[in-house]
Amino acid sequence: MNSWIVTYLWFVPAAPFVASLIILTLSNARRRSAAALAIAGQIAALAMSILAFGQTLQTPGFRVVQNFTWFTFGEQALRLGFVFDPLGAAMLLMVALAGLCIFVFSVGYMAEDKNFTRFFAYLSFFSGAMLGLVIANSLLLLFIFWELVGLASYLLIGFWIERPRAAEAAKKAFITTRIGDMGFFLGILWLYGRSGTLLFYDRGNGCLESAGLAMLGASATFIALLIFCGAVGKSGQFPLHVWLPDAMEGPTPVSALIHAATMVAAGVFLVARVYPLFSLGPINGVTPSLTVVVWIGVTTALMAALIAIAQADIKRVLAYSTVSQLGLMMVSLGVGGVAAGIMHLLAHGFFKALLFLGAGSVIHGCHGEQDIRKMGGLRRLMPVTFFTYAVGMMALSGVPFFFSGGWTKEEILHATASWAPSHAPYYLILAGVVLTALYMTRQVIYVFFGNPRATAEHAHESPRAMTMPLIVLALCAIFFSVVLTPAWPWLHGYLTGEPVHFEIARLIQPMLFVSLVLVGGGVAAGIWIYRKAGAPERDRPAEIDPLEYAQPALFRFLANGMWIDELYDRTVIAFSWASARLSDWMDRYFWDGLVRGFGAIAQLFGIFTTSVGERGINAGVDETTVGTRGLGRLISAAHSGQIQTYLGAVAIGMLALLLLYAWLA
Amino acid sequence: MNSGAFILIAIFTLAAALAAATLRKLMHAALSFALAFVGLASSFFLLGAEFVGLALVFVYIGAVAVLIVFTILLTRRDVEKDRGFNWGGVPIAVAVFGGLTWSILKTQSIAIVAPRMPALTVKQIGAALMTSYVWPLQCVGLLLTAALIGALILVIEEKR
Amino acid sequence: MTPTLQAFLIVSTALFSIGLLAALSRRHAIFILIGIEMMLAAANLNFIAFWRFGPHHQPPIGVMIALFSIAIAAAEAAVGLAMVIAVYRHYRTTNVDQLDQLRG
Repeated sequence: MNSWIVTYLWFVPAAPFVASLIILTLSNARRRSAAALAIAGQIAALAMSILAFGQTLQTPGFRVVQNFTWFTFGEQALRLGFVFDPLGAAMLLMVALAGLCIFVFSVGYMAEDKNFTRFFAYLSFFSGAMLGLVIANSLLLLFIFWELVGLASYLLIGFWIERPRAAEAAKKAFITTRIGDMGFFLGILWLYGRSGTLLFYDRGNGCLESAGLAMLGASATFIALLIFCGAVGKSGQFPLHVWLPDAMEGPTPVSALIHAATMVAAGVFLVARVYPLFSLGPINGVTPSLTVVVWIGVTTALMAALIAIAQADIKRVLAYSTVSQLGLMMVSLGVGGVAAGIMHLLAHGFFKALLFLGAGSVIHGCHGEQDIRKMGGLRRLMPVTFFTYAVGMMALSGVPFFFSGGWTKEEILHATASWAPSHAPYYLILAGVVLTALYMTRQVIYVFFGNPRATAEHAHESPRAMTMPLIVLALCAIFFSVVLTPAWPWLHGYLTGEPVHFEIARLIQPMLFVSLVLVGGGVAAGIWIYRKAGAPERDRPAEIDPLEYAQPALFRFLANGMWIDELYDRTVIAFSWASARLSDWMDRYFWDGLVRGFGAIAQLFGIFTTSVGERGINAGVDETTVGTRGLGRLISAAHSGQIQTYLGAVAIGMLALLLLYAWLA
Repeated sequence: MNSGAFILIAIFTLAAALAAATLRKLMHAALSFALAFVGLASSFFLLGAEFVGLALVFVYIGAVAVLIVFTILLTRRDVEKDRGFNWGGVPIAVAVFGGLTWSILKTQSIAIVAPRMPALTVKQIGAALMTSYVWPLQCVGLLLTAALIGALILVIEEKR
Repeated sequence: MTPTLQAFLIVSTALFSIGLLAALSRRHAIFILIGIEMMLAAANLNFIAFWRFGPHHQPPIGVMIALFSIAIAAAEAAVGLAMVIAVYRHYRTTNVDQLDQLRG
């Protein structure tokens, strides 16, 4: 079965790419055309995605594949291809739609920037790379787009290159993800070595289909873990999560794009895409690779949620919440809830884009201030931002019924609760849910409630170009839940290819009460702790966080990201510095000394032979020294530095080869 | 193909080339260089490749020789100084000539006369250039542009 | 009597050797370029001669290669002469004997 849609699918990533290329040729002054081009490219991609999405609705388990030969070397052909299935279709829609909102928002947010056109060129490039990644049907093609996403993130995080911190953060993001990509690439090589193909689906011969999987055998676990290394780097999982909070140095729309639609989603998407590799050869229903995924995810989710509580920068709170949510998705994938994980990824894409753009609006309104302790009272000054931000906050906290995040989180809890090997992940995730509600409540109270502090007094609502995307995304975050509820789990059925029935009774489940209690508890605790945050209370000064006042040491530990950066500084980075210094020293003293030593020995020998010769004991030795000197002079003359001498040597060499050939022939 | 014409052209070409390689005055050498290419172009005519011969005349005598003359003029102060001749190159050149000639004469399979050939028209060359050789043609165009820009950048005055 | 392929090849060999002589023996940088141009032209003569004496004249591969090689030689001459001028500006000399920064 081959549909026309897959033949033209390359158009989806091509549209932003082409837009990006055209924008790059524009001069800096052509701001309007640059923005218009970028948005037009994104709209074209979105329209095509919707069109393609329509095709997938007709048959359950829809999957079309288009492969082509890239190049051949000898007998072997290297083939790439595109695939289109519900997973890809849903991702395409989310990336294109969230991307479009972010593009429109950027028009307002970056209005003052002098490199406006370059920014839109990079944005389009970023979006195009991610769209290409989603539809790739070859691990190699996926890897190519994966690296393009990495490059785009590097360019955008370091967009304000004149700030040293931004340049540092860009470098850190690039290098940290590169560590994971190293593993990913090794996994690709290993997979190719075992199965001889990198195509996912190829009429039964692809590496994700039964014939290909059968060739892998026991190595599948290692290949899956190596590929997971790439996902760990890209999706900011422990221990490679350190780049994600630093990536906040980029412009806020970039953070939104990275956290919602493109960069970090790639890792989760990758695991979902190659899931057959992970689930190969289960022992008692679980495979070692999936167990690793679960525990990495749980660690990340809980740790990041704890760190988020103690952050003061509005964007860093959101960054750690992203890390935590990505951990949650990994847990879901690991315990077998692939559909739940992807649903949470999609829902998260919308509300995290909303939250970041809301944060951008707040920062824009407060004239660049990012410290939540210096804000406050913005609910009256920035009403649209406040309401949309509240929607995002409740969706992220997982408030049930009205917000998409609540339903997907519940689905993940369901999947985790039924994981056979251990119940620990389930309880740890429950703790994570409480913490999420707590830190989001803290942030909203700090930013929007109380009285305006410091710079917040002169805050103003953002222009329409910025509020419109917020409203659209808020509506998405709410109405997206229509297809997520247990009563009519349409998206679940769509992703898994199972039929869906409408049944209102399934709406009320025990899990609903569990999450209601947990989220309510988290929010209530947040309100109780932070009811007077930002204002002095008894002997606590206004600028000190209530938790910091109660537990200063613990707070400092969390505020510094559990000192993981410092740990890396002391261990990994110190080690590489030390080894660099060691090799420098070796080069200077050991190897150089060795060379000098040989030279000295030869010199001593020369002196010895000369003296022997001079004394006339042996005329033959004299001859030898003369010969040695002559040879040295000859060799030295060969390195005259004159091109004509070198050319003459080439001519003589050519002649020698010619004569040798003629003599042999 | 006429042997007399061939011998005349060969002697002319090689004499001009030798003059170009050995004449002491740079300007004379450059003019001999142009003459050598006239001779080479006529041997292309003799071989039935008139178009290439003409291209050779245009490119070498019209462009390269003029460029060389310009370069000589631009580096004039240095030119007038007498400089020696590096005799070390002579044995190498003679040895290469001897070796190549020996191997050519040894290979009997190339002691052949030219087969009959219908004339190669410019139309045929144009058709080939625009069909099977269109990509190389574009690449060469790109290369020439890049070389031009590179040459310009090289000779732009260094900023002090 | 008509000349054989061998005769043409010997002429081209002679031209090549003269070019080599110019590139090896003259002290002026421009002569190196002149020599290289002559060697390239000798190679072109070989292409044309082998095409003319070969059994197939269509498509005219030898002619095509000669054409492209002339174009590339022109590019090389332009860059080479520009380098001569740049070097002259920098070192105030075009004598290759004095340009020995690469000395070992």
